[in-house]
This record gives sequence, structure tokens and C-alpha cells, in this order.
Amino acid sequence: MDLSAINPILLLASLMVAATPIILAAVGELIVERAGVLNLGVEGMMITGAVCGFIVAVNTGSPFLGFIGAAIGGAVLSLLFGFLTQFLLANQVATGLALTLFGLGLSALMGQNYIGIKAPEFPDWHIPLLGDIPVIGPIVFQHDPMVYVGLAIVVAVWAFLKFSRAGLVLRAVGENHEAAHALGYHVVRVRMLAIMFGGACAGLGGAYLSLVRVPQWTEGMTAGAGWIALAIVVFASWKPMRLLLGAYLFGGVTVLQLNLQAAGMAIPVEYLSMSPYLATIAVLVIMRSGRAPGSLGQSFHASR
Amino acid sequence: MLMLEKRPQPSKTWTLAAPILAVILTMICGGLLFAALGKAPLETIRTIFLDPLFSEFAWFYRPQLLIKGAPLALIAIGLSFGFRAGIWNIGAEGQYIVGAICGAAVGLAVYPTESIFIFPLMVIAGVLGGMLWALIPGILKVKFDTNEILVSLMLVYVAEQLLASMALSTLRNPEGMGFPGSRNLAKYDSASSWISENAGMHWGVVAAFIAVIFAYVTLSRHQFGFNVRLAGQSPRAARFAGVNPKLLVLVCMGISGGLAGAAGLFEVAGPAGQISIDFNVGYGFTAIIVAFLGRLHPIGILLAAGLMALTYIGGEIAQSNLGLPGAAIQLMQGMLLFFLLMVDVLTNYRVRFGKGATT
Amino acid sequence: MTMKTILAGATLAASLSTTAFADDPTKVGFIYVGPVGDGGWTYEHNQGRLAVEEEFGEAVETVFVESVPEGADAERVMQQMALGGADLIFTTSFGYMDPTINVAEKFPDVMFEHATGYKQADNVSVYSARFYEGRAVQGHIAGQMTESNVIGYIGSFPIPEVIRGINAAYIQAKAVNPDVEFKIVWAYTWFDPAKEAEAASVLIEQGADVILQHTDSTAPQAAAQAAGNVVTFGQASDMAEFGPFPRVSSIIDNWGPYYIARTQAVIDGTWESTNTWDGIGAGMVGIGEISDAVPADVKASAEALRDSLASGEYHAFTGPLNKQDGSAWLADGETADDGTLAGMSFYVEGLTGDIPQ
Repeated sequence: MDLSAINPILLLASLMVAATPIILAAVGELIVERAGVLNLGVEGMMITGAVCGFIVAVNTGSPFLGFIGAAIGGAVLSLLFGFLTQFLLANQVATGLALTLFGLGLSALMGQNYIGIKAPEFPDWHIPLLGDIPVIGPIVFQHDPMVYVGLAIVVAVWAFLKFSRAGLVLRAVGENHEAAHALGYHVVRVRMLAIMFGGACAGLGGAYLSLVRVPQWTEGMTAGAGWIALAIVVFASWKPMRLLLGAYLFGGVTVLQLNLQAAGMAIPVEYLSMSPYLATIAVLVIMRSGRAPGSLGQSFHASR
Repeated sequence: MLMLEKRPQPSKTWTLAAPILAVILTMICGGLLFAALGKAPLETIRTIFLDPLFSEFAWFYRPQLLIKGAPLALIAIGLSFGFRAGIWNIGAEGQYIVGAICGAAVGLAVYPTESIFIFPLMVIAGVLGGMLWALIPGILKVKFDTNEILVSLMLVYVAEQLLASMALSTLRNPEGMGFPGSRNLAKYDSASSWISENAGMHWGVVAAFIAVIFAYVTLSRHQFGFNVRLAGQSPRAARFAGVNPKLLVLVCMGISGGLAGAAGLFEVAGPAGQISIDFNVGYGFTAIIVAFLGRLHPIGILLAAGLMALTYIGGEIAQSNLGLPGAAIQLMQGMLLFFLLMVDVLTNYRVRFGKGATT
Repeated sequence: MTMKTILAGATLAASLSTTAFADDPTKVGFIYVGPVGDGGWTYEHNQGRLAVEEEFGEAVETVFVESVPEGADAERVMQQMALGGADLIFTTSFGYMDPTINVAEKFPDVMFEHATGYKQADNVSVYSARFYEGRAVQGHIAGQMTESNVIGYIGSFPIPEVIRGINAAYIQAKAVNPDVEFKIVWAYTWFDPAKEAEAASVLIEQGADVILQHTDSTAPQAAAQAAGNVVTFGQASDMAEFGPFPRVSSIIDNWGPYYIARTQAVIDGTWESTNTWDGIGAGMVGIGEISDAVPADVKASAEALRDSLASGEYHAFTGPLNKQDGSAWLADGETADDGTLAGMSFYVEGLTGDIPQ
């Protein structure tokens, strides 16, 4: 066993990359849940984004257009969920699960002719000056642009919820839709926008896998990342900044256990892999302030 | 503009007509999809929806419908109590896994002893395992007011890791040449849940039918059923009527977990045969959909489980006979669920079009 | 039992109807554990199926069902194929072992071929590939390509198949480079791009400059490419799109020749239950083009090793070899027997760390 082989700088740097797809998907779902909607179809939207992004990137040769295509693909798919749950008042849990099934099937059909092709290059961004700072430079400032886009979205979401009026409306709708409606807010409209934002972010997260991480299209390639994103939203108590912490913790446990293995340490992998989920439950119990949005998962109908 | 107006009472006509409409819509859209994939639409639809019931080999497929549908029905019945009362256990998949592990562990511990007591003991262990796993979110909700949707979902992931650990080490077959997976319980007479393999009968199928009848009687005739419905419709009224909400949470979580655990045990001791890393195939999640499709009504759940089983089996036939990609079946199942959820609105609401619809 | 009689009668009828018409094509079924688009294990089996179609044209009809869970579902799909008139069914995952045996019992006239298992019956053959021969070639190249003397190995599950591969690669790497060290991580998955990428990054960070993978996605290749100076090998498919560097060679699952031969045997009526374990020689294990990133002398010696493994002149497990604990395993010149290899659950001497549990 040789723990000195673990280089903490590189470990943290790779953690930033590993957490990116989950951060993207989770921050979208966070907005959706803050608006009072529980969309369990993150996995389906992610994989649809992964295939849409891949198809666009391969055909245009531009990963950037690919990411835009992925966001649109995810958002369009989420509209289906929005229409059913917001206009036809279908149960959100069941609709979300159906969305996952639908997305997995749809993506596989769409991607049939794209197997075994490599995505166009998406180079790392070595930020001048900042990237040369010792220690911090390689950890923070030498990644591909999407890593920063993900972080920027998290910060933007935080600012949006905390400082903007629209953010206040969104929270009001999520906490108590009856009251928000009585105050004259358009509950359904706010929620539809939130759902589409969630879909777009999940799409970006999926495309990060198919365009940067793997980078190839294979069926079922998200392999459960969408479900982890759901867990992280809960772990974060619906707070954007804690979301980063959650994503690094979840990703960190995986990276750490692989590191310990590579260093030759015998560890019970399964039990370590459980720990983030158990930690999430503990967070739910301990942090009373981290209560779920009041109207989470409930249908809203403006009855007269 | 599309306007919805709540009906004073759910429409009886639409309760029956809506699912039929949904199936027809699925057939139309599915047909278009299949045509786009270059398959004969009518033949494909017939293969998926009718061949399992009426083809040359229907005598083989019909029992298979029982095998595929039973765990779905059993879990969905359990979930329906909680869902009616507004208690959302979405972690049935985890309870199913833990039930299977506990039940199988009992059987494997006494292998190769033969005794008629072994299987009943396994059933008890399976039910208790699932029940305890479901009581974790239940107790946390009662004690700390945590959200049971999220805790039960987290526990699914924990259960999956536990399953991998069991298949790779604790319950691994010592004669399995080092491969993961337990001994085959279906081949161990005292532990097998099969009654007649060719007729598709195992104790899980029997249990599913018993659960349907039990749920029907409870919900329509018994005080508990009344309390459950009242709690779902109006928690305040329920409290005035003397319903203890905390107890109700625990009972509903216990029932759903127990039945999910039983389903896992029956599956591992029969159709699946062994604990393996990929033992769970999503019955716990599909059952949530089944519960809603069946409108949380026992008979509805039975029919919905049958319909889901039909699309699985019909889909396999279409894959192998017509060369339809597996993804197309998945997409069609997704469509079917969407349409069923969509038309559901007709039962509880009147739909009006145009501006004049506002009151 | 009455159901059994009905069943037997039906099979008889089915088999009669297929033999009654001479021009009726032979029907071959395939059952896959993943989607055909997984780019790895199932993808390659499906390539084998397409090779059968290519070879026989109209004379053979192939059918397949993808993403079939192991257990009850697999059993049902097999039966359904048998009822549908399949004459030969390939079940392509280890977890299909018990279902295959069960169904084969009910359909004595249908031939079954189970991949990677160990239970045979009169109408059930088992087949597998000696992938470890490919691993030996990889180890040979890897040992000479590494400058840090650290080779990273991404294992899927700690099962004999994977352990065999690690040992085979290590023996050859050690032979050409006595200072070589293997760092092994278990991903506990056959296919999870995100996790595989992380595993590769971790190994690279810990100093590995060669990555061998026993998981199916291209994510480790991408991670190596990002790192810049890390060598990889394709797994299951050629992964040529990552060549000539980082991917310098590959192990290719090549089931086509076997599937064609077995189909031919059914057509000829010469099919017998067999236990096949073929390697490079029979073409079941393909060694992908060794790229020019490998020095010419290394490439030549690797090809020589490949050819001697293919001809049977050299065995990848040839003594003297000790087990990890130092106890003697194979004497000088002795080669490992298939039984020991099939159930291999120990590392050879020199490897560090423990096999989980």
C-alpha cells in the first residue's frame, strides 16, 4: 500500500471534471423542484440530450453547437412532462418515470447510426495567467469550457433565487401554489419555464458525457447519472451552493475509493459506495431548515 | 385555450373508456412509429397486443403473463394504500431487493436440508425484510418529518449496493467457479416458490391474487380503507375522525414494503432463481406506474399489471419475429404510459375549448 | 405431467414443420444481455450474427432479442424462440446459464450454445474465448512501452475471466520489464462510461502511463488521450478511432467464425454438444493492428508472440510460475490446465494487493 501515490492536486482537478455532468443535471432539477415540481425523468432527459448533442456535433463538427442542440433536445422532451403534469394534471412521479423509459427508447432509436463514431475534439481551456498559478492553477483553471459553464449556471441560479424578483416568484410558487395563485402569479407558466430549464440542463449534462467524457455515443451511456443528480438535489437541501458540495462529495467518494484501490488498499467498495446516499438521508434528518419545497410533487389546478 | 373544469364526481363512463382510448391512441402512434422504421404497422401491433393472448403459442404466453405480471400487481397493490393516503413510497425497488436478500439468505443458510418449514420461513423473512426497509423512511417521516419520497428513493441505491455485495461475497455460490451469484433456489425443492412451472404458477402469483382480493375488501368494506381514503382526500377531516396520521404512515409504509419484499422473495425463489448482481429489473419502479394506471383500484391494478406484462412479452415476440429494435418497444411503452396518464384527466375533469370556457 | 406432454407435442410439431419443407431456412436465434448499440460485448455478438447472415444468405434466418435481463425473462425469450421454430440458439451472457439448461431440457430438438458458462447438456454446448492470450500480447507491449513502470488495469468484477487476464498480462510485462508494477482498480461494472473515465484518471494520476481495461466503453481511451502520454488498448471492439495513439492495439471479440461453423453443423446435421475454448489461433480472439506508435522491434516481437500463441507453440501460462503467496504453481516448462484457468481465483507472484474478498 502506497498512499503517497495519491496526488491530491490531480485528484481535485479530476473531481471537477467528474462532477460536471451531475452538477449540470442537478442544478436544472433544483430549479424544477424549487418550483414545486418533482421530475423523476432526469435520466431520460440526460440521455436524450446526450444523443441530440452528439448528432448535432458530429454533423456540424462543432461541439458548441452540439451542446446547444442537447439543451434544446432536453428541453423539448421536458415539455412532454410539463404538458402532462401541468395542463393535464397527471401524477408527477408516474409521468417522470414514464419519461425516463421514453427517453431511453427514443435516444437509442435516434442514435442507431452513430455508434462507433468519435465526437469532434473539444479542447481544454488553459486560462492564461490563472492557469499558471501553482497548485490552484491545474486544479481550477485548466479544464474544458463546459466545466466553467456548469459552475456559472450554479452561481447564476443561486443569484437568481436569492436576489431576483423572478426567483422570489418561483420560490413562492414552489412553497405554496395556492397562495401564489391568489397573489396573481401564473403558477403553470412559472412551472413550465422551470421544467424546460431543467430539461435543458439535463440535456447539457448528458452531452457532457457523450461529447467530452467518453466521447462517443452508446446506448444507455448515462448509466444512472440522472438518478445521482436527483439524490444530490436532496442532499443540497435545494440550495445551489450546497449542490456543488454534494456533487463533489458524491464524485469524491467514487474517486477516493478508486484511488485507495489503486494504491493497493483493500476496501469494501460496496459499503463505501452506499455512504453518500446514507449521508443524504442523514442530511435530510439533521437539517430541518433544509425542508423540501412545500408544494413539491403536488398538482395544481386553479379551481374556482 | 384548453380549459379544465373539475367534475363533482369522477365520470363513470370515462373511468372505463379512458384506458381503451389510450390503448387505441398508442396503437395509432405506435403504428406510425413502426411504419417509419420500415415494419408493417398492423402486423407489429397485432404481434405486440394480440399474439401473446391468441396466437398459435398462446398456451405458452398466457402463463408467462402471470409470471411477469404477478410481481407488478403485488407491489402495486401495496403501494396503492399509501398513495391513496398521500404517503409516497417510491422505493419499492429497494424493498423488493432487501426482501429477496433476506428470504434467500434463510433458504441458503439451511441448504441442503429439506423441510416443509423452509419456504414459509423464507416468506416471513422476505416480508419482514421489505417491511423494515420501508419502515426506515416511515419512522423518519414520523419522527423527523423528512420527506418519504426522497428517503425511500435513496434507500433504493443503498439496497442495490447491498445486493452487489451479497452476490459477490456473502451469498455467493461456493460451487460457482468463482462467479458472482448465489445457488439456484428454484432447484432446491424446499425453497422453490414454483407450484407448476409450465402453468406459470408460483406462490407469488397466488399471493398477488390474494392481495388484490384483500385490498378490494379492505378498501370498500373496512374502516381502515375508509381512513386511508379520508386521509388522502382531506387530512384535516381524517384527524377529526380520529385517524392517527403517524400510525397511518407506518402502517401504509409497512404494507407496501412487506408486499414488495414478498414479491422479491417469490421472484428470487422461482422465476429468477438466484441472487445476482442484476437481480432487480425495475419491477419496483414499474409497479408505481402500474398503480397509477390502475387508478389505485385493486381491479384496475390487476388489469394494468396484465397490460404491462402484455407489452413486455408482445414486445419480445415482435423483436424476435419481426426484427423490431428493443428501443422501439421501450418507446412504445413510454407512449402508452403517457397516453394513459393523459386521458386520465377526462375522468376527473371536463375539458372545454375556446375562450368562452372560462366561468 | 400434462403440460409437459403438450409442450413436447408442440415442439415435435414445430420441428416437423421446419423439416417438412426442405427449402425452409435454418433459423438461428441470439439472445443479448445488452443493447446491440453498446459498442462492446453485445455489439460484437451481433457482428457475429451479421456474419452468419452474410455467409449463408437465404439459407439461414437469424432472429435476436436485445437487453434481455438474466433470469425469468431470459428463460421466456429462449422458449419463445424455440417455439418460433429456431433450430439453434446462442445465449450470450454468463447469467443465462441456468435458464439455458432449463429450456434445453424442454426442447431436446433445439440446439443451444451458451457463452462463457460451464454447464453442458446433450443439446447445450458451451463456448468462450481465450481472451487471456490477447492479454498476454498486451502485457508484452505494455511492459516495453511504459516509462514510469506503472501499468494501470481497470477490472470489471473479480471473476476468473478478469483475474486470468490480469495474470496473463502481468507475466508477459514482467518478462520484458522486471521493474514493472501493476495498479489494479475494480470498477464493479462492465459498462459505465463515467466511472470508467474516473478509474482511468485515477490510475493516470497515480503514475500509470499504460492503461489496460476490462470494461467495455471508450471512456478510458478518452481519459488517456486527454492526459496526452498514456498508452491504451482497445477492448471488445477495435476502438481504432483512438489510434494510432493512445490506442496502440486491441483485443477484438470475433464470434463470427464460430457462429458460422456451428450454424453449418446444424445444417449438415453434424452438431454435437461441445466445450469450445478458442483463442487467437481459431480467430475467436483478434489482435487489432499494432500501430506505428509502437517501436518496430517491439511490434515485431509482439507479433511473434501472437503467432506462437496462435500456433499453440507457446502457452500464456508456462512455468516456472508461483502464486502470489510464493507457493509453487507451475514447474519449469509446465503449462496450466484448463480447469485451473477456468476457475482462477489467485494472482501470480509479483502482483500486489488482494483480490476482493
